[in-house]
Amino acid sequence: MRSLHVSAMVNGDPVEFICDPGEPLLDVLRNRLGLTGAKEGCGTGDCGACSVTVNGRLVCSCLVLGAEVDGAEISTIEGMADNEELHPLQRAFIDGAAFQCGVCTPGILVAAKALLEKNPEPTDEEVRFWLAGNLCRCTGYDKIIAAVQVAAAEMRGA
Amino acid sequence: MDTGQSKREFRYVGTRPNRPDGVDKVTGRAQYGADMTAPGMLTGAILRSPHAHARIISIDTSAAEAIAGVRAVVTGADFVRLDDDFIRDVQENCMARETALYDGHAVAAVAATTPAIARAALAKIAVEYEPLPHVTDVDVAMKADAPVVLAGRALETVPAGMTQNVTNHCEFGHGDLEAGFAKADLVIERSFKTAATHQGYIEPHACLASVTADGKADLWCCTQGQFFVRSLCSAIMGMEASQLRVTASEIGGGFGGKTTVFIEPVALALSRKSGRPVKIVMKRDEVFRATGPTVSSSMDVRIGMTKDGRITAGEANLRYSGGAYPCGTVEMGAQAAFAAYDLEAVRTIGWNALTNRPKEAAYRAPGAPQAIYAVESVVDELCQKLGLDPLTVRLKNAARKGTLSSYGPTFNDIGLVATLEAATSHPHYTAPLGPNQGRGLSCGFWFNFGGNTCVSLNINTDGTVGVTEGNPDIGGSRASISLMAAEELGIHYENIRTIIADTSSLGYNDVTDGSRVTFSVGLATIKAARDAIGKMTARAAQYWGIDADAVKWVDGAAVPAGSNAGKFPPLSLAEIAEMSPQTGGPIAGHHEVNVDGAGVSFGVHLVDVEVDPETGFTKVLRYTVFQDAGKAVHPDYVEGQMQGGAVQGIGWALNEEYVYGEDGRLQNPSFLDYRIPVSSDLPNIETVILEIPNPGHPYGVRGVGETPIVPPLAAIANAVSRAAGVRLTELPMSPPRILKALKS
Amino acid sequence: MKYMSAQSAKAASEALVKEPGNARVLAGGTDLLVQMNSGNLKVDLVVDIKKIPGIRDIAAKAGGWRIGAAVAGAELGEHAGVCAMWPGVVEAAGLIGSTQVQGRCTMVGNLCNGSPAGDSVPALVAADAVVRIEGPDGSRDCPVLDIPAGPGKTTLAKGEIITSVLLPARPAGSADAYLRFIPRTEMDIAVASAAVSLTVDSDGTVTAARVALGAVAPKVVLVEDAAKAIIGSKLDDAALAALSKACESACNPIDDKRGTVAFRTSTAGVLARRAALIAYERAGEAK
Repeated sequence: MRSLHVSAMVNGDPVEFICDPGEPLLDVLRNRLGLTGAKEGCGTGDCGACSVTVNGRLVCSCLVLGAEVDGAEISTIEGMADNEELHPLQRAFIDGAAFQCGVCTPGILVAAKALLEKNPEPTDEEVRFWLAGNLCRCTGYDKIIAAVQVAAAEMRGA
Repeated sequence: MDTGQSKREFRYVGTRPNRPDGVDKVTGRAQYGADMTAPGMLTGAILRSPHAHARIISIDTSAAEAIAGVRAVVTGADFVRLDDDFIRDVQENCMARETALYDGHAVAAVAATTPAIARAALAKIAVEYEPLPHVTDVDVAMKADAPVVLAGRALETVPAGMTQNVTNHCEFGHGDLEAGFAKADLVIERSFKTAATHQGYIEPHACLASVTADGKADLWCCTQGQFFVRSLCSAIMGMEASQLRVTASEIGGGFGGKTTVFIEPVALALSRKSGRPVKIVMKRDEVFRATGPTVSSSMDVRIGMTKDGRITAGEANLRYSGGAYPCGTVEMGAQAAFAAYDLEAVRTIGWNALTNRPKEAAYRAPGAPQAIYAVESVVDELCQKLGLDPLTVRLKNAARKGTLSSYGPTFNDIGLVATLEAATSHPHYTAPLGPNQGRGLSCGFWFNFGGNTCVSLNINTDGTVGVTEGNPDIGGSRASISLMAAEELGIHYENIRTIIADTSSLGYNDVTDGSRVTFSVGLATIKAARDAIGKMTARAAQYWGIDADAVKWVDGAAVPAGSNAGKFPPLSLAEIAEMSPQTGGPIAGHHEVNVDGAGVSFGVHLVDVEVDPETGFTKVLRYTVFQDAGKAVHPDYVEGQMQGGAVQGIGWALNEEYVYGEDGRLQNPSFLDYRIPVSSDLPNIETVILEIPNPGHPYGVRGVGETPIVPPLAAIANAVSRAAGVRLTELPMSPPRILKALKS
Repeated sequence: MKYMSAQSAKAASEALVKEPGNARVLAGGTDLLVQMNSGNLKVDLVVDIKKIPGIRDIAAKAGGWRIGAAVAGAELGEHAGVCAMWPGVVEAAGLIGSTQVQGRCTMVGNLCNGSPAGDSVPALVAADAVVRIEGPDGSRDCPVLDIPAGPGKTTLAKGEIITSVLLPARPAGSADAYLRFIPRTEMDIAVASAAVSLTVDSDGTVTAARVALGAVAPKVVLVEDAAKAIIGSKLDDAALAALSKACESACNPIDDKRGTVAFRTSTAGVLARRAALIAYERAGEAK
């Protein structure tokens, strides 16, 4: 099995890596690029803990091969803050106690950011259905939805 | 004990500051079990039995060992057989010895230079199995002719003449049952079944073990209790506890399922054999097949009630199965079943039977959700049939201070009546219902625990404080610990940093479970703070040249106790700290204790559902949680526990279950078919916190984490039964079951 | 395993034919990667078709829409033209998984995966959609209905790939709808599903209809009797009851961890009735 050489942009930085042909992007991010923010919760696309965006599109990185992102732009949780300055969603999650164990939080933040970029004023129901692919077992989702709405309001106002 | 209950005006406790690990968690920087690496690290992988029950005739690992990159292979033969039943069960569950007892039971493991090589090596291990008859249903397992899972494991409490699968038996209660039933105007007897469920934490188990040639080892793992992991692993590996240092990573959910070990001894054994660090991360299907789901249950409940709503007698027979090893969870179910009620006559009998299923681990109030589901369903049905209001009936029979509980102790101050009254006056209770809609409620209860706890509190010379404790933070407890330290010391929350230590840095701490951390670690933190305050007041006294008992501590500073003591301006903590190298050296307080005095926590849940009569689909419309927290140290995190537990209970009631085939194999080991609630399934979960202080804690704190999973099962079952017009007695109430009940 | 990004349909087809081992087409990958990650499927060659010219395009064609095989569900849902003409097909494709899965999955992949419960298939069949296939012997068109061969199987020959699907033009007063039953609100495989496409004339009479069911048989079922039951009616109760009954009769489901025979059969009838009513109301709006 010959390794492949891939070039891509990750969080605005050019990267190059080698990977096995069958290696998921999630494993590339975690094991080759040191970006452990995306988590493997299931490996089957059912939990969303591995969420990233590829060319602006929200995806599960466990369902994308490293080989497929040659030339693509990838955004992960590590790129969400602007150096020291947290994204409004990140701040809203901290202020609103919108996580407990926090393992689903990177995936939810990436997904919520993608939502607000597409729909800056979602209803609670729209938020819930957009995030249905992000499982959380600790919070019951309540404070997550509230924090997304707080961030959305701030982003609309600012 | 001076509980300081008079201290009702809190400055920091009860506020909602940001948690200290917040930035790490929202930026992806926090390190969980699978996020750690080590130079030279190998990847471990585990081979698992595809049979529900099979003798292991032989294991040939030679082909696997010959693969380039494979550095070690272990089987059950690599582990010493232990004498202690409890630890031997844990070890054999981690790696089978002569028999595979469930689908997914580990039989061998490899460590290799890459994950792909490790997986390829597993495929080359040749295991010769002799499949044996299996049993997965608890009632079938109790029959005389059932296949025997393990022989000779019955405890002395089990009567003679039962199949060897019956390992545990217990009985609780008081009073004359038959006299009680004779007084009732209506007696209802029902049988219930609940399927096994899983804690469903999003983070699979992961660990990194590094054993060096001198016999020392370091273990990094996601766990609820690094000290317990050390105890188990050192016993299994034949090591001194002092030689094994266990560090708890950030943990991606536990709920009780990470209070034991599954992969850690295997990683240690592989590391010892290979001489290199070994990392093992479970895949999701392994988590479902081979970690610790709940018991499955079959229960009979009989309750008698007068026509004005007084419960005259209650009886329950609980048959639980905790999988392939003896399991005492039924004792907690048997004790909790009628705990909410003041009864003259009550009896609960509990049994545990072995089945060819994975070994049970705790899941948030283990044993209680099942038993209370059954009891609260029958109480609800009695209310329906007698035309009585369910909350009024609960209030009429509620346990209060001075009630002799159904499980033995007499209650001190408890919050059940307060939660019931809050529910009665809440607008949810009287909101109108539409067609196909129903409202249900249930009480819930958990004992809560204290336990072994150590806290070290260091006063830094710059006036900040470090609190070192030994309990992994699964719900935001670091913030609550810091709040209590701030309250006691009288300094700002932001000046306190609470960390969780590894096993080398503190004395023994019991696992993060039993809803014990805010209570026990909080109590120990308060005492450690008082210890430090004692030392700081002594330094101030020394500095002023007066007696130590002439100095008191007020608002974060030492002050003379009275005008007689002298006219000195207050010496702040920061000032005393700065001087400390000159006044005697660094200042710290500590406290080590086995805490008791935990307060029980009662809750009531109200839920409205709508059932589609043509498909059985259930929609949860509205949900309110009422719970007694004693004192809510950080209300955001108390609310979080109430909401999270309620949603787990909703999943348990409606869709979550372990599905076994005729072949005894688990059919749904994935999040696709093990259906936990998703965000679009749920309404907002409203929370109402009551505070009836626990006399056993300086601030009145009660544990809150476990109670919230107890009421949802019956609350939802009662709501669905009322919406559908037919009583359901089996969980989960999935749409096909509801539709079938509607049609029959 | 080898990975290849095909630059043309011909190259993809040739690579698939030449591979002696197990070769698979990769578009969205949301089924393929699950199967590969599980360790249950050993793949020797993955042929990524996303770079084939035109395979990600949506183009107006003969009054209808030709949709490239690699168009993701999310992209389809953002296309105003397809949404307006074939809302049922779009809502069906939009139910294949979470938002994240929608970012990658394709209707054609859903069809070729061969699951009897695939969400896009009943709607495509009700729409009378036709796929274009490129293979070693050139190209051919085939109705979607003729692609599934059973659980996990299609009628495609070795080396054949689907490059696009054509949703045909429709007369005025037409609309479609798709409903599926799942135990939660999202994230589940359909336990039973129904798609209805119909045309309604100016006085509200149904003049044409197609009814297809999913997850109730080894492959999608086109229920002609159900269509006949409502053609000529204004979807009165008797016609709808006959539609439901015809659907129930056409079911041949299994008992499994997702549903029982009785449940699937009964629910298919309920969903077909509800989908017909939704399509009818949409057609009224389109008139």
